[in-house]
This record gives sequence, C-alpha cells and structure tokens, in this order.
Amino acid sequence: MELNNKSISELKKLYGQNSVKPSEVVQSCLDAISNKDNEIGAFLEVMPEDALRRARELEKESSEERALFGIPIAVKDNICTIDRHTTCASKILKGYKPPYNATVVERLLDAGAIIIGKTNMDEFAMGSSTENSAYQITRNPWNMEFAPGGSSGGSAAAVAAYMVPVALGSDTGGSIRQPASLCGVVGLKGTYGRVSRYGLVAFASSLDQIGPITRTVEDSAIVMNVISGRDTFDATTIPDKPGDLTVGLGRGVERLKIAVPGDLERWDIDEELKGILKDTVAKLKEAGANIEPVKFPDMEASIACYYVIANAEASSNLARYDGVKYAFRAEAESIGEMYERTRGEGFGDEVKRRILLGTYVLSAGYYDAYYNKAQQVRAMICSEFETIFSTYDLVMLPTVPGPSFRLGERIDNPIEMYLSDIFTTSANIAGIPALSVPAGFTRKGLPLGIQLMAGYTQEAKLLQGAEMLEKIYNFNKG
Amino acid sequence: MNNSSYETVIGLEVHAQLLTETKIFCSCKPEYGADPNTRICPVCMGLPGALPVLNRESVTMAIMMGLALRCDIAAVSEFSRKNYFYPDCPKNYQISMYDKPLCKNGFVEIETDNGPRNIRIERIHLEDDAGKMSHETGKDSLVDFNRCGVPLIEIVSRPDIRTGLEAVKYLVRVQQILRYLGICDGNLEEGSMRCDVNISLRPAGSTELGTKTEIKNLNSFKAIEKGVEFEVERQRRVLEEGGSIEQVTNLWDADSGRLVMMRSKEEANDYRYFPEPDLLPLEVDGEWIDGVRDMIPELPLEKERRFREEYMLSNYDSGVLCAEKGIADYFEIVAESTGLAKKSANWVMREIMRALKNLGCAIETFPVEPEKLAGLIALVEDGIISGSAGQDVFAEMIKSGADPKEVVKKLGLEQISDSSELENMVDSIIAAHPEEGERYREGKKKLLGFFVGQVMRESRGKANPELARNILIKKLGS
Repeated sequence: MELNNKSISELKKLYGQNSVKPSEVVQSCLDAISNKDNEIGAFLEVMPEDALRRARELEKESSEERALFGIPIAVKDNICTIDRHTTCASKILKGYKPPYNATVVERLLDAGAIIIGKTNMDEFAMGSSTENSAYQITRNPWNMEFAPGGSSGGSAAAVAAYMVPVALGSDTGGSIRQPASLCGVVGLKGTYGRVSRYGLVAFASSLDQIGPITRTVEDSAIVMNVISGRDTFDATTIPDKPGDLTVGLGRGVERLKIAVPGDLERWDIDEELKGILKDTVAKLKEAGANIEPVKFPDMEASIACYYVIANAEASSNLARYDGVKYAFRAEAESIGEMYERTRGEGFGDEVKRRILLGTYVLSAGYYDAYYNKAQQVRAMICSEFETIFSTYDLVMLPTVPGPSFRLGERIDNPIEMYLSDIFTTSANIAGIPALSVPAGFTRKGLPLGIQLMAGYTQEAKLLQGAEMLEKIYNFNKG
Repeated sequence: MNNSSYETVIGLEVHAQLLTETKIFCSCKPEYGADPNTRICPVCMGLPGALPVLNRESVTMAIMMGLALRCDIAAVSEFSRKNYFYPDCPKNYQISMYDKPLCKNGFVEIETDNGPRNIRIERIHLEDDAGKMSHETGKDSLVDFNRCGVPLIEIVSRPDIRTGLEAVKYLVRVQQILRYLGICDGNLEEGSMRCDVNISLRPAGSTELGTKTEIKNLNSFKAIEKGVEFEVERQRRVLEEGGSIEQVTNLWDADSGRLVMMRSKEEANDYRYFPEPDLLPLEVDGEWIDGVRDMIPELPLEKERRFREEYMLSNYDSGVLCAEKGIADYFEIVAESTGLAKKSANWVMREIMRALKNLGCAIETFPVEPEKLAGLIALVEDGIISGSAGQDVFAEMIKSGADPKEVVKKLGLEQISDSSELENMVDSIIAAHPEEGERYREGKKKLLGFFVGQVMRESRGKANPELARNILIKKLGS
C-alpha cells in the first residue's frame, strides 16, 4: 500500500479502521521524499526525526477526535515553525529559527497533523516560478524541465509528486493558485482574514493569505476547516466563525449562477485551455448551472494596482532585515555601511527590484500618483466584484493563461513573469476567496487549471463548485 | 534693530509614555530600569511574521488626554507606518498616526504676564516607542529593546507660544494634566515625557511663519528654557546680519549648554507614511467617549479656581497647592477638618513641602496623614501647645507617624494656660529684673517683649504667650 499516494480523506478512513499507523504514513512520505526530492527540490528542510517522534506520540491516542490525526503536512518556508529554520528562501534569513509557531502551525498541530518539512519558494514569496529561491530550484514533477510555478512552488510540487497529501502555501497575488494550476493540484486562497497571518512572514500585509494545496477538493475543505477562524493575534482576521466548509460538497451545481468573463478572447490564452473552458461551460450547464458572460473587473488595472500596493507594503515589511537583530549580517565599519552591505548581499535581485519600486511609489511627490491611485483602483475593483456577486454565486476563469514554462525561460523578463498573475491578482485585491482546480493536461503532458472565485466569505460555495469541476474533469484518481 | 522687531514663534511636540498595564501592540509589561532586553516578545521585537494588536487601554488613555485638552475625538482614526532606518527601531518603521489622528483641535490655558492665554492643540495621536541605544567610544553600540512598543501619545501644539518661559508654563501644565489623569508619570529626566521644540522668528506684525528649526533632547524644564533662548538669540543674530535661517534639527547638549546640529533639511527623512495594513481603522463610539469622560478627575485649572473661591486662597497659594493632585487632595482633607483654609494652606506649603523635599518622598507615602496634621493644627490653634512646640511635635510625627496628642503628652509640651501657675512665674521674673521693670514703667513699653521672652524661657516654651502677656501687663503696672 503506497500510503504517500493517499489523500487526507482516504487516510482518515484508514486510521478510522485502525489499518495504518501514523508512523507508517510518515515513513511512506519520507521514503517518497528521499526517492524523488533530490531531483524535484521541493523541500528546503525535511524533519524526519521530529515527524516520526510525533507520529509515535500520536499513536498513543485515539484518532477519532482530531480532524487531521496523523496527516503529514509540508509547510512553506515563510511560515514560522518554532526552533526550525524559517528562511523565506532568502539568504538574509539564513539560519533563522523563530521562537514561536505561526497560528496556522499551532492549529495544525492541535488537529493532530505532523509537520514533515519546509518547502522551497520564491524569495519572500516574490515570483511566479520558485526560481527566485536563494537556495535551490524546484522542478515541475510532470516535467523536470519546467517550472512548478510560484511562489509556493515547493508546496505544489511536493503535493503533486505524492510526497505529502497536503502543503501550506501563501497567496499574495496568486502564489497558491498559480503553482497549483501548473502542478495539477488544488490550491485554495480564502477570503482575506479567513486564515490568521500571525507567523506568516509578511510580503504584502493587505493581500497575503495562507491556504492549503491538496490533491482533492475535499481535502482542501478539511484543512481549511482547521486553519480558518478568528485569531486574537491577527487583528485583520474575520470575527465570524466560518462554519463547516465541507457542507457544500456533493450538492452539485444545480441552480448555481456562474459568471464567465466576457472578454477572455482579449487574452492570449492557450488553445487547449480554451477548449477545456468551453467544454466545462457545457458540462456545468448540463449539471444545471446557470452560466452567463459578465463584464469582469479590468485585469490590467488589477495587476497594475497589485504591483503598486504589494511592493509598497513589501518595501516597509522587509525593512526589518537590516543585520542588527537576527540572521545574516555583513560586517562593516559603520551602521550605514552595514545596512547597505547586509541588504545588498542578503536580498536577491527580484526582492531588491520590488523594494525599490515600493519605496518609489510611497515617496513624497509620488504617493498620490501611485499608491493613492492604486487604492482608488482597489476600491473600484472591490465594488465591481460586489456587483457581480450580488447576482452570481461564482466566477469561472483560467487560473493562468497557459501551462508551465521552461525553467529559465522567463527569469530575465520580469514583466512577462508578472503577467502570469493576470487572472489571479484581482481576488487578492478584492479580498475574495478563489481556488484553482486541475482541469486536465496539454498534449505535451503539462497540467492546466481552472479558477473559481466566490463572494466575500463564501468559501463553502467555492468548494461546492470546485468539487463539481473535479467530477467533470474526473481527475481525482490518485 | 532692536529686540522687539522680531516675534518668536514656538510650537511644541510632547511625547508622553502611557502607564498602561501592557505595551501598545503586545502583552509585554513594561518596567523602567529592567535588565536590557528582558521585556520583549516577537511582536514588540518586530520578528518576521509577528503582528500588532491594539491595546484598548492605550486608546482610553489617549482619549482621556484629548478630552482633558478639549479636543474633538475622531470617530474613525487610522494608524500609519512611519518608515525610517534606525537600530533602536526593530521593524525600521514606527506605527504612528498620520493624516487621521485620534484627537484634534484642543487647547491648554496658561498664565502669562498679559493674563491667561490659550495655547491651541493641533492633534494628539498614539504611537509606539522605540528602544534605547547606548554608545561607548571604541566599542560596539548596544540596543535595549525593552522600551519598544511602550505606548506614547504625541501632543502637538500650534505655534502659539512666544517665549521660552511660556513654553515651560505650557509644559508644566501638560505635565500636571498627564499626572492628574494618572496616564503618565511625566518624568523628563527618565524620558517618560519628552519634548521637541520648533522655533522660528518673524518680523513683528507679520502673520507668515519664518523658517523653523527643531531642538530635540531637551530633558529638563531648565534645558527647554535655555535651549529656546539660545536658539532665539542665534536666529535673531543671523536675521539681523541679513542672513537666512536653514531648516535644521539640533540636539541640546546640557553639559555645554549649546546646540549641536543633528541633521539638515537635505538629510531629513522621507518617512513614506502609508496606512498600517496590519491594523483596522480605529473606531471610537460615543459610549466609549462618555465612559472615558466619567473617568476624568477635576483638572488643575478648575481645582485652582475652586480653591480660590471655596477657600478664599490667593492665586499663588492655589497654584502651588494644585500643582500636584496628591498635595491638593491632602490640603483639602486638612482644610475640611480644621475649618481653617489659610492656616492649613500655610502648613502644607511650608512644613509639608519642606519635609517631602527632605525625605525625598511623595505625598502618597508621607508618614503624617492629613487627619493627623489637622489634629496638630487644632492643638496649636486651641492654644494647647505653642506654635514653636507645634514644630517639634510635627518633627516627631514625621519620625514615628504618631498621633499629635500622644506626641504632645510624650514630650510634655502642653502649654501652661493655668493663670495661677503663670502668675507665680511672672512674679519671680519681675522680682529678678527690677531695672527693666523700672524702665518699663518709665515708658519703655517695648520691654514687654523682653519679659514675655523671659516667661517663655522659664517655661521652656510651654507658656501660653498671649496669657503671659496679659498677666505681665497687669503685674508690671504703668
């Protein structure tokens, strides 16, 4: 029995029958990592001893109570794990071990999950290919010449390659959904404030959300149930209880109103993906959904707005890495020189580019033209989504315009790289939940994804629709 | 040009540390003088992933000050990030308020040579304090982060102050109010209250503001007065010589009594303020404000006014008594129980204040309770003991905290008010000084004082002087 191939719901069943033990599941995942990860490079750190020790401890208790009993999970390296490296794949945090666990980590542990390692990412979550890691490249498990996407590329690759059933990612402009799409797995970003950011190393505070990357929609709902909810350590979490997010599963899409952006032809979308989208619309109609084209918020405005706000916030959030307090310090004669050398040597090019852009848009004389304007655009996009969701339950569109790209192909062309976020950023800008479902493959065997968005706090509906897509694509075979 | 051809324009920024139980954005308990870096946590250290959560008590205290200074309290205010690099600032940004402060448009009344005048308050806002650096020549600089995150209010005046003395009067008033409210201990030397001064000169009669300079590091009232005088003189000389003022920030060096330039306008920071995305806008409703209003005690100005009317005290006396709330409360208990306001005022202003100074203690821990002082005053007024014996009793009460009547008994200080006992004493004194008696009867009436003195000496101060006087007049004859 290849336990590493099992989904969370399958493992729950096996635990319920007492036919497997957590240590067997963990060992199976660890074996898969040893076999595959040398080539794929999904993990920055694997914690075999910790994971096995915890698995054996869990074996002393009953599996009934806890939602993620004995479930191995990988955690993106920008999420704090106490006394374990948390580097954001940056040289500037090399060797850094936080003295506390992120709230999500605490909740996973309380639910009985077993943390098995930390996954690679674009440095500080800035990028769409995981090539911006200061430590290593991650390869797409479906084709080793291709990028896994990013920034949660390590998490998506680890799940896609059956090294773990679930990994946490973070999504600021598409960093969960885009790699999920490129690796053929399910990636969910909840409503802004649904999941606590306490312990998520900040990239852009008003956009960042942690979410699960899984192989099935049901698993996504199970994990989201555990990590969602108000946190007194994060003032921006939503006070209301989210409710059970699995409630909509199995309900189908009958009478659901689904909007599809009317102007998708404007975009250079992969032909095979267009075909899938068309076919999906037909099948959803058959299943009883009501599908109509709508005017979607201007995606170019959204992405421009995104890069102003995200970089502005990043320039401030990343100011603390100065060599004074922890991790990397370049020795120098004066404090100014230490700052310059520490940051000059500690940050990679993409991070520096964004800090510069962000500093610029907040500077005296430019603030109104950029940051303020972006906030106005943001308010406009929010109200446009509000209008859409006053009529429709879901919006359906591609996650990414096409399949993955070759490693190295876009790394020197930041604008092209930024445009892979074209369909994802608007959900972060508006703070609404969105997810990517695997929709099939190109003829060359690269995964394609379809994205759903739902109104503010409507995760249950989002997962309900996603499960229907999953059935349509009949991808859920393990 | 003479001195009157320029008008001095001064605006003050006061930073006051709030005496909250915990820091403004975390649950650390601040303690002045604690070992370095022992009052810190991931939040106030700005560790990667940590998030601020606003302490409600700090808002309540800021509103208290706002109401005390007759400000409007904003229904919605907003925290912003003030970005700058300095090693004592662990996030390299301060969480402050920028264009939406909590309190606006108040005033502080001060006494001037031309009568009372209102110094307008532009704003009061909340922010977090930074840590403390220490430098030793030839060694590494050290940072203590204990102070990070201690809540501060910044009280910004309009440029309504005209002299260094007025600046001090304003600050004394602000300090009194902070202490009356119990929200700040107002200690300039320890830095729990800090003051920056903005100074410019303009031709008398002009309404435009001249170029201003700023002085920081003024940690005593004396330094403030001296620093202002120094800078006003410097600016006057520059202007009289036809020069122009450069916008600079200076530090006051108390040792040399000089200003040292800290930075010029070119070196001024662009703080790149933008709304703090980790905190929600701060909403304060009428109920909160009403609750805070009920917590505000009688403030010094009202108390002084009442003391003048109710106790018929002079401006001077009521000002001295009301400078400290504890003293004013003490006085009122004494005055109420003796029914002798002026006498009580004199005792408090002379004996009590001198004793407090000698003991170096606060009125709250002074060993003589006000009821006991009232008892002592009554003993003197009723003629049980003499005024000078009262001093001895008071000294003993400070030592032992004992009841005045017991002290009088213990020291055997009861006044001799028995006329037969005194008559015998007077007879023997007159008999011992026949010459003086003769001269008295010849018209040298001033010698009566000599005889009274002799009686007092003979009785070791216990004779009732008034009674002794009357007996002497009768016995000496004319």
